[in-house]
Amino acid sequence: MPATIRVTLKLYASLGKHLPPDHRRSNEITLDVKPDAVMADLVEPFGVPPPACFLVLVNGVFLPPSQRPTSTFSEGDVIAIWPPVAGG
Amino acid sequence: MAWQRKILRVDLTAGTCTSEALNMDWAMAYLGQRGLATKYFVEEVAPSVEPLSPANKLIFATGPLTGTMASTGGRYSVITKGPLTGAIACSNSGGYWGAELKMAGWDMIILEGRAASPVYLHIENDTATLHDASALWGKTTWDVEPALRKIHQDSQLKISSIGRAGENGVLYAAVINDLHRAAGRSGVGAVMGSKNLKAIAVRGTKGVAGIKDPKAFMKATQAAKAVLAGNGVTGEGLPKFGTQVLMNVINEVGAMPTRNFRDVQFEGAKDISAEAMHAPRETDGKANLVTNQACFGCTIACGRISKLDQTHYTVVNKPEYWAASGGLEYEAAWALGSANGVNDLEALTYANFVCNEDGFDPISFGATVGAVMELYQMGVLTKEQLGIEAPFGSAKALTYFAECTAKGEGFGPEIGLGSKRLTAKYGHPDLSMTVKGQEFPAYDPRGIQGMGLAYATSNRGACHLRGYTVASEILGIPVKTDPLETDGKAGLVKAFQDATAVFDSAGICVFTSFAWTLVDVAPQLEAACEGDWSLDNLNVVGERIWNMERQFNNAAGFTNKDDNLPKRLLTEAAKTGPAKGLVAGLDKMLPEYYAERGWDTEGRPTATTLERLSL
Repeated sequence: MPATIRVTLKLYASLGKHLPPDHRRSNEITLDVKPDAVMADLVEPFGVPPPACFLVLVNGVFLPPSQRPTSTFSEGDVIAIWPPVAGG
Repeated sequence: MAWQRKILRVDLTAGTCTSEALNMDWAMAYLGQRGLATKYFVEEVAPSVEPLSPANKLIFATGPLTGTMASTGGRYSVITKGPLTGAIACSNSGGYWGAELKMAGWDMIILEGRAASPVYLHIENDTATLHDASALWGKTTWDVEPALRKIHQDSQLKISSIGRAGENGVLYAAVINDLHRAAGRSGVGAVMGSKNLKAIAVRGTKGVAGIKDPKAFMKATQAAKAVLAGNGVTGEGLPKFGTQVLMNVINEVGAMPTRNFRDVQFEGAKDISAEAMHAPRETDGKANLVTNQACFGCTIACGRISKLDQTHYTVVNKPEYWAASGGLEYEAAWALGSANGVNDLEALTYANFVCNEDGFDPISFGATVGAVMELYQMGVLTKEQLGIEAPFGSAKALTYFAECTAKGEGFGPEIGLGSKRLTAKYGHPDLSMTVKGQEFPAYDPRGIQGMGLAYATSNRGACHLRGYTVASEILGIPVKTDPLETDGKAGLVKAFQDATAVFDSAGICVFTSFAWTLVDVAPQLEAACEGDWSLDNLNVVGERIWNMERQFNNAAGFTNKDDNLPKRLLTEAAKTGPAKGLVAGLDKMLPEYYAERGWDTEGRPTATTLERLSL
């Protein structure tokens, strides 16, 4: 098992402000994380409380709230997160 | 009761304005606005009517909660037979005009016939008069509003009008009120233009009297407002980022129709998103977005107000476009942007300004440009015909076409036909991304399966606002369903369609439904109105309205064959994203939907269904 895997974290809408300034325009940052990292391990270092993560997509597929505390990621995954949003 | 119990009937042929009592039996069965006005329409107009003929009628209608203290209670709808589709048309708008009409003492205006020359209607409380509008004909909506306020020496006049698109018969022309709020879809503005009616200017100072139980109403509306304020979507997400926050969401889930639905993800989505509207521009350091804005009585305030970069090629030396005005909402940003592969935020904002200024639907316009660009790429249309090179991604072609369509110049009149007629004319009807002749909005049914069924069965042609299953399939409101699954979507679509018909008939905004269900609406109606507005009855009213609209369309010649999707969506699989390899599974959902609705296999309500709904 590798020591780390590389994933892309995208924080949108009001969560974008938690990213370092030079990543706010793109809303994304590349992270090297432990293979057993879960969603909270990705967002908490940026000061994002996990409950603020309303819509979580992994490679575009919805990650249900019940799976967020346990679901791990794979090399190259793209994790995109929003606070409560809607439109139309 | 929160109805004013009074209708204004305007015979444009005879030049008369008469008052008549609202049919309260119908109000008890159809509530108001969309439902009640459609009841009047189907009773008075033959389904075979030619939409742009004097025999068609045009109804501006409010709901019982319009003009009251209910949150978002500023809505009105325009009902007619649509020239783009030949189906029932019902377009809903916010702003301040609807509440003003209600406070002038009217529930609705029924316009019939055709004026011999251009006129406008002026309403001041109980007094309604027609006036010569020759001097206003040829003017934009942005010119008409200040002109009428000056003529009547009344800075508080609220005005709905058409621009040059409505005069010129653009088949998706809109009615614009308050400069940038629109009854946008299905060509209701073209019907207004065909009647030689330029504008309706209203001043109402009477308020909405007769609330059934004022104390209970105040309590119910306050409780409902607390729900909106406490909800993350309506209390925080929509005010801050508007509907445009969906741009990155829908792109990530792989349901972003791109380049006339050839792709389902747009590499330029991030450049035209809500986040991009907030970011300082590299040119002048200012953000595209200036502020949000609320319509009458709204405690959400999702509207976008934008300012263009004055150095952008579209507006250099055009100071009339430098002021703050209605910015991009998601559907417009998609249609003007992703649908054409254009990622220039300023160009999209300018095109959106032009759509508001001259009154045409940015969804149908942008989607038609997408078809034009595909025909150009194929060599079917040339630079000589179009007046400009028009490959996918060309912002200059997009803004040029917007100007041509607004003014009726060059290739503009062809684009004003909509994509169904245009692609048929040039021999490629399969490139029209429409249902019943109306262009799709911003969700690809290959990536959000329920929306395919919602589009196919929408009574006004392809539309997201007749059954917004995106809320459930993508956003988890009220419960999360799998967007790639077809199972269970028939019932979901029906539930959204029927509930939306109630919201649209009550006088409130459908965006409240991100936080409210009919459980929150019922107490407000019960307190405001006489009659039975319990949850159970509201569910029946919504279903009744849907079936009434369906019956009109069936009588107008639509059949189950029109509950369909373009060949591209049924045969060409999504190339990327979670939906990769999928086509729209309409064939799996449609029979189940007919069964859920109590319709026969031809899509006609059965006698049992009609009897159950008292139709």
